[in-house]
Amino acid sequence: MSPSRKIRVLIAKPGLDGHDRGAKVVARALRDAGMEVIYTGLRQTPEMIVRAAIDESVDVIGLSILSGAHMALFPRVMELLRKEGADDILVIGGGIIPEDDIPELKKHGIAEIFGPGTPLDEIVDYIRKHVKV
Amino acid sequence: MRVEDLVRGVLEGKRRPLARLITMIENEDPQASEALRLLYRHTGRAHIIGITGPPGSGKSTLVTRMTAEYRRRGRTVGIVAVDPSSPFSGGALLGDRIRMQEHSLDEGVFVRSMGTRGHLGGIARATSDVVRAIDASGKDVIIVETVGAGQSEVEIIDIAHTVVVVDVPGSGDDIQAIKAGIMEIADIFVVNKMDLPGADRKVSEINAMLDLDQKMGEWRPPVLLTNGRTGEGVPELVDKIDEHMVFLRESGLLEEKGLQRSRDELHQIMEYRLTRELLQHLRGRPEYERAIKMIAQRHDDPYSVAQRLIAEFLVELSRSGGGDEDGG
Repeated sequence: MSPSRKIRVLIAKPGLDGHDRGAKVVARALRDAGMEVIYTGLRQTPEMIVRAAIDESVDVIGLSILSGAHMALFPRVMELLRKEGADDILVIGGGIIPEDDIPELKKHGIAEIFGPGTPLDEIVDYIRKHVKV
Repeated sequence: MRVEDLVRGVLEGKRRPLARLITMIENEDPQASEALRLLYRHTGRAHIIGITGPPGSGKSTLVTRMTAEYRRRGRTVGIVAVDPSSPFSGGALLGDRIRMQEHSLDEGVFVRSMGTRGHLGGIARATSDVVRAIDASGKDVIIVETVGAGQSEVEIIDIAHTVVVVDVPGSGDDIQAIKAGIMEIADIFVVNKMDLPGADRKVSEINAMLDLDQKMGEWRPPVLLTNGRTGEGVPELVDKIDEHMVFLRESGLLEEKGLQRSRDELHQIMEYRLTRELLQHLRGRPEYERAIKMIAQRHDDPYSVAQRLIAEFLVELSRSGGGDEDGG
């Protein structure tokens, strides 16, 4: 692999909640870990997220959601990725997501969920370990 | 994916192959040069527009508005938005898409964010080739938004047909305006955020600076007012950009610039290839290491050694009948 290869990550906020502090903290931490982070802002539809992921050729999508709509929106993102043949992209989630929902989300192909209080290094390490560079 | 398939996909205007190729270009993947070689003949059709100016002058918002205007006029648009990479971590936070959401599902728009990856000059090293890939994919207009530029980030002129320099009211006095740098590269000036106080004054300052310009050609850069938030002034900006292209064409400057650019590019590629071949030839040879030691010990000087090594290399090259044919 080329020496200048960089991990590219899309940080996206699906749904209608307007709080992106968590997303920004994670984006900053990934940047400081040497990754290229594309942040698309608030209120993204799954269609917009998948489109941005494809145009930007990202290795990872990080979905942050606080509104409680994750059971609808996360699987929808995965479905669209599969439709586009882009399901090789690693998808992780964060925000307020009840423990009980996690197995179901993983069944849909979300690789991991990082709840509040997750040390940032843990997310960085997880991405480094799971993206084939 | 095979290079031929990738190239076919790009030429058909498909997003995924284009996006993939851009990543390969950025990562200096050897297959990217092969793809660019095959695509080259299909480039040179898009009008390439550079948008530059200080951080916070509203470049991304303006680009979004311009894109909407081009789409209204039935033209397809590629956008390359460059943001700085951290010199410390090498990472980057690419946030220009935040302001470009309204086009995020338009099939006629392709947006790509790039980190500078250590390159100075306002764009990334790979930006030129990335623009070329988008050009080959058939976009009518390609807008390159540079990093927030100050006084020396002027590389955009090597890529763009038309350079738009964006400034805002109240940013520095009239002396700032006559300093060197980005003020010298504008084909069109835009004073954005025209609703802020001091907009008219900014326009007169720029015009006064242009009055002092001794070497101005037939094209005097117009100074336009825009409001990126409302879109006011944007249709006029797009008109001026079109007008500039007509001027370039009719004055023969387009052809002239194209020749100059091809000359510069060929020069760069030859320099790079020759150096690479020479170093490959020398690497690990005992006499090369010996010569370096002689220089370090002041028994020889680098000027004579360089001359001798190059001369020997050229002789050897002509004997073997040319270099390798890797095409990469």
